[in-house]
Amino acid sequence: MQRRHILLGTSGLLAAPFVAPSVRAQGRTEIQFWYGLGGALGERVAEQVTRFNESQSRFRVNANFRGSYVEVMTGAIAAWRAGTPPHIAQVFEVGTATMMAAGPAIRPTHELLGEAGITLDPKRYLAGVRGYYSDTQGRMVSMPHNSSSAVLWINLDAFEKAGLSTTDLPKTWAEIRAAAQKIKATNAAEIPISTAWPTWVMFEQMSSIHDVGLATKANGFEGLDAQMNLGAPIFAKHTNMLLEMQREGTFVYGGRDGDGFASFPAGKAAMSFNSSAGRAQVQREAKFRWASVVLPYHGDLTQSPRNGVIGGASLWTLTARNRTAEEYRGVAEFYRFISEVEQDKWWHHVTGYVPLTLAAYEASRAEGFYTQNPGADAAIIQLSRAEPTPNSQGFRLGGFVEIRNIIQEELERGFQGQQNAETLLANANRRADVVLRNFERANRR
Amino acid sequence: MQRKAIFNNKLLPYLLLAPQLAITFVFFFWPAGEAVWYSFIRQDAFGISTQFVWFENFTDLFADPLYHQVIINTIIFSVSVTFLSMAFALGLAVLADRHIRGKDAYRTLLIWPYAVAPAVAAILYIFLFHPDIGLIGRALKGMGVAWNYTLNGNQAMLVVVLAAAWKQVSYNFLFFLAGLQSIPKSVLEAAAIDGASPLHRFRTVIFPLLSPTSFFLLVINITYAFFDTFGIIDALTKGGPGNATQTLIYRAYVDGRVNLDIGASSAQSVVLMIAVMALTLVQFRFIERKVHY
Repeated sequence: MQRRHILLGTSGLLAAPFVAPSVRAQGRTEIQFWYGLGGALGERVAEQVTRFNESQSRFRVNANFRGSYVEVMTGAIAAWRAGTPPHIAQVFEVGTATMMAAGPAIRPTHELLGEAGITLDPKRYLAGVRGYYSDTQGRMVSMPHNSSSAVLWINLDAFEKAGLSTTDLPKTWAEIRAAAQKIKATNAAEIPISTAWPTWVMFEQMSSIHDVGLATKANGFEGLDAQMNLGAPIFAKHTNMLLEMQREGTFVYGGRDGDGFASFPAGKAAMSFNSSAGRAQVQREAKFRWASVVLPYHGDLTQSPRNGVIGGASLWTLTARNRTAEEYRGVAEFYRFISEVEQDKWWHHVTGYVPLTLAAYEASRAEGFYTQNPGADAAIIQLSRAEPTPNSQGFRLGGFVEIRNIIQEELERGFQGQQNAETLLANANRRADVVLRNFERANRR
Repeated sequence: MQRKAIFNNKLLPYLLLAPQLAITFVFFFWPAGEAVWYSFIRQDAFGISTQFVWFENFTDLFADPLYHQVIINTIIFSVSVTFLSMAFALGLAVLADRHIRGKDAYRTLLIWPYAVAPAVAAILYIFLFHPDIGLIGRALKGMGVAWNYTLNGNQAMLVVVLAAAWKQVSYNFLFFLAGLQSIPKSVLEAAAIDGASPLHRFRTVIFPLLSPTSFFLLVINITYAFFDTFGIIDALTKGGPGNATQTLIYRAYVDGRVNLDIGASSAQSVVLMIAVMALTLVQFRFIERKVHY
């Protein structure tokens, strides 16, 4: 009898996910989960939750789409202040430092799992994913959920038209620039190179790959008193190259955030940089042959590029005064569920995000997923090709959303011709340092 | 006289006013008071640690050269939007007020844009002006104009001004049309009989008689440009390129909601509150004197 009730409840949930059933009516503990992925990816999140709900009868996760990442984060924080936060909030990677500094508001994942008696060995997770969400002792503070990395997207038809090799693809920035010049000279594409997420790709990834900190104190992992490190030669070299390429017409700035990528699936750009999670869009829209490969590096600075950093989001467990042990237990069970190899593999295949665990990667490879989908492993290789160093494990900078925008704004002024690379970096460094100091002051306890 | 006699009970008027006062207090004074309080403190996003910092949020704000640029942006933006939307609306209203065939259809069509949400208006303008996908944007590039509002600050400002003004034209049109229709026909006929040309009639009769409407719209439009254009800017330029289209309200939003710096954002809200209060005061004190009712 009890069982039937549960089944009825589950099917009711499937039919109308937004009906809020009373907490105890079906004997299940309710877990509220706010997420910020819209469109096709949002549907995958809902599906992931349904899979969990069907897999057991003790807990029910209610997944609620709450708008953009920014909206989920501000909404969850406001709800915490009002005493009614969701159990789980999906927070984008740039919000990590803010969440981590929120001591009493969050329940670290390692604590949560420990209390529930669940052991998840951190070593199971991809190094680049795990490192970003761990504290200095290597304990996971939030639960990895959807991670991607930036990759280079290449229009192979344009390459062929320009007389470039479509098998031996460029690996260094010098090769990229030479290819772009050839594309421009042969008019093989309207735009030789564009990029989405300018700060993430051109600063965060480059810093990580070349093992140079974007900020001191291991990019903020070792303390709130970190300072920006944009004075390092790599940033001047890279920015100068971008400005020169823009002047010679081989790099075209396409706008902030994800805007710059629109020209790639449309077939206008020969090369573009974007998250590996852009794969679904390219697959759907591109009417040409394409490839996705690991990011280029400066060959004169390094011969063995390090790992790239992730983008995406992780799950944070929020505290509340009246929250029961059973509710925390439910959250822990959900985390355990999504880390299962089968579930993780499914998630990786249907979303284009990298798998959370090495086991899911191995299983996908054994199944031949990457031979059927060439380039789908570019991000994984990039994230796991080297053991992360303090400079490449990720970023723990307070006010990082603002810092990203500051770099973007100063870069735009550079592209406008208002300032050269050195001034641009000095301005960004100064403004970002103010953000870091304000965050340090506000979060000092 | 009669008014005094209505309430014998001293409490009753207050009681009757109470619901309205309660709403005003809860939804206006309380949040405004909170903003003033938060502008004096520094707090982490979760509100776990709070520090009273006196006027530091304000001094930081005014020491920031970018904030000065934001103030200038806001002035340019608001003046342009108000002028453009009112001028176009007046022109259209005068034309639609004439005895032409199908004038009801014109009027209805002209009111439509008002129903368009700001974000949707912005998307329409992206499809018009985007250098790669926009109709006009591509045409401009085809004619050899270096058109790219994602990188050119002046062009970006032009696009957000156009989008914001376009959205407001309908509203202004509606009021101007009503204003025009309320002008007594006899006055106009008298002027015509006296030999005043249409242009002369507009300048000396119609425009002065429209001044209450114009004044009302001036106040409304400036408030609109200050507060309600956030959606357009967010969807079109996000305040960029650089900080070229960042206005006071947009920056307050970014600092508060995106950057989670509640102190700085509240300080900006307080500045904005004072600015609008001052502006309204100036308008009522100095411009209203020139208005004929």
